Amino acid sequence: MTINETQDELISDFELFDDWESKYEFIIDLGKQFPPLEEQYKTEDNIIKGCQSRVWLNAYMEEGLLKFEADSDAIIVRGLVSMLVKVLSGHTPEEIAKADVYFMERVGLHQHLAQTRSNGLAAMLKQMKAYGFAYQAKSVNA
Amino acid sequence: MSHNLNIASIRGDFPILNEVVNGKQLVYFDNAATTQKPRLVLDALAGYYEHYNANIHRGIHHLAEKATSAFEQSRKRLQAFLNAAHSEEIIFTYGTTDGINLVASSYGRKFLKEGDEVIISTMEHHSNIVPWQMLCEEKGCILKVIPINDQGELLMDEYEKLLTEKTKFVSVVHVSNALGTINPIKEIIAKAHAVGAKVLIDGAQASSHIEIDVQELDCDFYSLSLHKIYGPTGMGILYGKRDLLNAMPPYRGGGEMIKEVTFAKTTYNELPYKFEAGTPNIADVVAAKFALDYVDALGKANIAAYENELLAYATGAVKEIEGLRIIGQAKEKVSVLSFVIDGIHHQDIGVLLDQQGIAVRTGHHCTQPLMNRFNITGTSRASFAVYNTIEEIDKLVQGLHKVKRMLR
Repeated sequence: MTINETQDELISDFELFDDWESKYEFIIDLGKQFPPLEEQYKTEDNIIKGCQSRVWLNAYMEEGLLKFEADSDAIIVRGLVSMLVKVLSGHTPEEIAKADVYFMERVGLHQHLAQTRSNGLAAMLKQMKAYGFAYQAKSVNA
Repeated sequence: MSHNLNIASIRGDFPILNEVVNGKQLVYFDNAATTQKPRLVLDALAGYYEHYNANIHRGIHHLAEKATSAFEQSRKRLQAFLNAAHSEEIIFTYGTTDGINLVASSYGRKFLKEGDEVIISTMEHHSNIVPWQMLCEEKGCILKVIPINDQGELLMDEYEKLLTEKTKFVSVVHVSNALGTINPIKEIIAKAHAVGAKVLIDGAQASSHIEIDVQELDCDFYSLSLHKIYGPTGMGILYGKRDLLNAMPPYRGGGEMIKEVTFAKTTYNELPYKFEAGTPNIADVVAAKFALDYVDALGKANIAAYENELLAYATGAVKEIEGLRIIGQAKEKVSVLSFVIDGIHHQDIGVLLDQQGIAVRTGHHCTQPLMNRFNITGTSRASFAVYNTIEEIDKLVQGLHKVKRMLR
């Protein structure tokens, strides 16, 4: 699936919810199901510090594709993080670098990206794209 | 103690309380971060810009005179609010943080030297930690910290042990923003003076709840923000004893703070203008007077009595929530209820309460060393003001039950 196909699928998932409770219960479930990041990757280098919750992001290349693993100590942020990973992980650095991440806004979760000081989610998205740019540059220079 | 306030009528004075958030009537419990503004403060702001906006202390035209007069009336109003001996002891700042930086930078740089000691406490806001760390790093001074007990109260005997002839400055918060603890500042000041140290009190959280008499307290400096006292954002005051302020060098250079400028030498203006370089925040200073009038018309004792009722009710009501632990159980505290719930991250609590239209503050409250002391990364904090109600606290409790159900 392309990045946008995954985003569109998430958007249609959210169309099923008609109130905030079912929407957030879905996100909480995603957070609970998301596999935790192995402790060895919860390093200072991988931490994206928000004012309130911590987010860890680990990136690696596998067969030309950039893959992400992540975690957070707050469950809702974990659910949101899992969606960002689902959308962006496993694509080429170039695709990730130029991706337009629009699903958060479309499902009414844009405030979580705007509150940069409170959850580090916007910083995480920025970091994911930065990895895209970095690995893209590396492959060009190689 | 009882109050004689008509809360329904008071709520009517605050237009923002009619806001609908996520489809629910707003419940605003983030008053320790900033209080909402009554209509007369909003009208004063608009009135200033509509009728007498002009730069002060310079022009000779009608508007300039009117603006200057309103600006200086606010200074006198704040002098009365703190019972300062002289109006020039009231320096307008951008807020509490700015006032602390002014003292650390101006007084600290001139009068502190290598090996001198500065005392703060465990429950300080970062704004009363970092300026002193910067000063200590620059001058080679030593920063000492008063510890607290598990209830969130200062250990006064430990404080006494820290005080020596090397102690040159003590800077302590009047009321803790994260815990609500009211510190025994009169005693803290007297003990510091006994060893010859000067004292600054961070009054950001105290000023809307407690009567402040700087002469009776005998503090050397007192810094506060008006936006926490139902006034506008972006302005505060630093109170300082006149002799000390006179002995201190200016903090910022620019217009207004000078007497005469040549390229060879500049002579400085007198107090309070020496510390007010540049065009000040005139509109907010002017409107601040109306906030203080509002508070005094209600009566601080009435406000405190009512807020204590809210705090007592909330403290009892949240006990029914399993796994909830209150952080900050001092005997003397203002209407701040900080708590953690076992197994639930404070941010999840904040997000899910917000969906229910309830605004609380979650996080470390800019007091990371204090959070470390309690071995937590943050709390959820509900802080109450005079327009809050018992019914709103019931909504908070129901909201927390829902949070627990959803995260189960």
